[in-house]
Amino acid sequence: MKRKEKMMHAVFFLTACVSILSVALICLFLFANGIPTMGKIGPVKFLLGTEWRPGNQMFGILPMILGSIYVTAGAVAVGVPVGILTAIFMARFCPPRLYRIMKPAVELLAGIPSVVYGFFGLVVLVPLIRDTFELVDGQTMLTASLLLGMMILPTIINVSESSIRAVPQSYYEGGLALGASHERSVFFAVLPGCKSGILSAVILGVGRAIGETMAVIMVAGNQPRMPKGLLAGVRTMTSNIVIEMGYAADLHREALISTAAVLFVFILIINLTFSELKRRADI
Amino acid sequence: MKHRDPLSLFLRGAVWLSAILTAFVVITLIGYILIKGIPALNKDLFAWEYTSENGSLMSSLINTVIMVVMTLVIAAPVGVGSAIYLVEYAKRGNKLVKIIRLTAETLSGIPSIVYGLFGYLFFVTAMKWGYSLISGAFTMAIMVLPLIMRTTEEALKAVPDSYREGSFGLGAGRLRTVFRIILPSATPGILAGIILAIGRIVGETAALMYTAGTVAAVPRWKWTGHPLRDFITPLFSSGSTLSVHMYRMSREGLQIDTAYGTAVVLLAIVIGINALSSFTAKRLMKVSGGN
Repeated sequence: MKRKEKMMHAVFFLTACVSILSVALICLFLFANGIPTMGKIGPVKFLLGTEWRPGNQMFGILPMILGSIYVTAGAVAVGVPVGILTAIFMARFCPPRLYRIMKPAVELLAGIPSVVYGFFGLVVLVPLIRDTFELVDGQTMLTASLLLGMMILPTIINVSESSIRAVPQSYYEGGLALGASHERSVFFAVLPGCKSGILSAVILGVGRAIGETMAVIMVAGNQPRMPKGLLAGVRTMTSNIVIEMGYAADLHREALISTAAVLFVFILIINLTFSELKRRADI
Repeated sequence: MKHRDPLSLFLRGAVWLSAILTAFVVITLIGYILIKGIPALNKDLFAWEYTSENGSLMSSLINTVIMVVMTLVIAAPVGVGSAIYLVEYAKRGNKLVKIIRLTAETLSGIPSIVYGLFGYLFFVTAMKWGYSLISGAFTMAIMVLPLIMRTTEEALKAVPDSYREGSFGLGAGRLRTVFRIILPSATPGILAGIILAIGRIVGETAALMYTAGTVAAVPRWKWTGHPLRDFITPLFSSGSTLSVHMYRMSREGLQIDTAYGTAVVLLAIVIGINALSSFTAKRLMKVSGGN
């Protein structure tokens, strides 16, 4: 009996170590493949090079880094204000009967696969942008930003809503007691109380947006050149990997793995910021 | 009490406008796919064999089921086991627990294409499993692991301490307490997490393209007299899941109708999964509310 207890303790312990092992393996494989390649190409040439022409052995990923950053910034500009205000609505303004419809609708938005979003973007947003701005091709940075903004909505709404709900009711009541209207109490007494919670929602949304792949590929145009503005096509780090991995070989393939390593570093920074904020929000 | 200053009115308007915008996004997205997609559903789409003419999604649907089962067989025991370790066994303030939490958090933030590339480098290339359902399943298992861990942890934490104390008081060991007392009362919560994981697996594309591949065919089981080998060998064949199939169809341009049809099937699965998950979660509330 005692032996069985000890054995199962060890088994549970080992399963718990799987996640450590996984992260270690992912880091090992990405960096062991990625860093030497960066050395081979030259770190400056790789990270700051503005030309990506695998045929001519030119591997500069600055266009893709900027592409990822711009598209993510666009998604934040679209998704964050709407997301936070919707979260405030759901937590403080929504009639209970409406809430019973809104909440599952938002959950559903979170569950829709990214290729379905991408397809929707392809058949609805792309023609819409093309006709609105009279472009030759509707696959632009603006299209990608709009679509990603829609995709990060549920993340931002869910995290913000639960942090708004976590603020003690007395904050709101205090606001009312001082003569503030319902709206003013919510915005100026409750919201400051969950600043870090809402900030962590935004950061989680940024992580989603920068890591999104399939939807972006389908609507962004994917031209590997320096971004030329909102109404021109753009390629992100994620799409660079998916589009070219299928046929890449040798240094080209390794350069794609290095692109993933760079993306991974971005994500690690975002993650660390998020967990730091969450820790602060809990206290 | 109903005095309305301009700022309050503005804030109220902004909040309602955003909510309407969100509702509009949900309705347009789902409505558009359903309206355009349901007419595209026909018998060809569900033919047993995929050909470039019929663009059948049947093989991808079967592969999706196989992928979900294999991934859960790998990830569920590990995820539930780690949660049991974290909640029931680990001592407070244990350094290792902090590291496990940090790595699980890291895993949950990694984008799917990074998983895909890692799966390609590790399972497909280094382990020499090739583009195969099994490479895909292992990749997906790592991806949904943190989700299963987190939901199981929450479900275990929701079990009142009095249950544990009662069980220990009656002389049960820790192991018996976990399996006889704690796991049964945490089951709905664990199930809700596993259902969410199924949703992730069904919807995943980027992590599977370069691990499970894009071949629209199902594994073929053949009986040669070695039960285990006969069962496992076909899992080393490449096969696309529904999402991967849909991506391929929409990229190739000619098969837009097929893509619409596949989108409807995917949406139906997601809606079903969401309903199931909230139903289970409600049962959980009832169970813990009853105590």
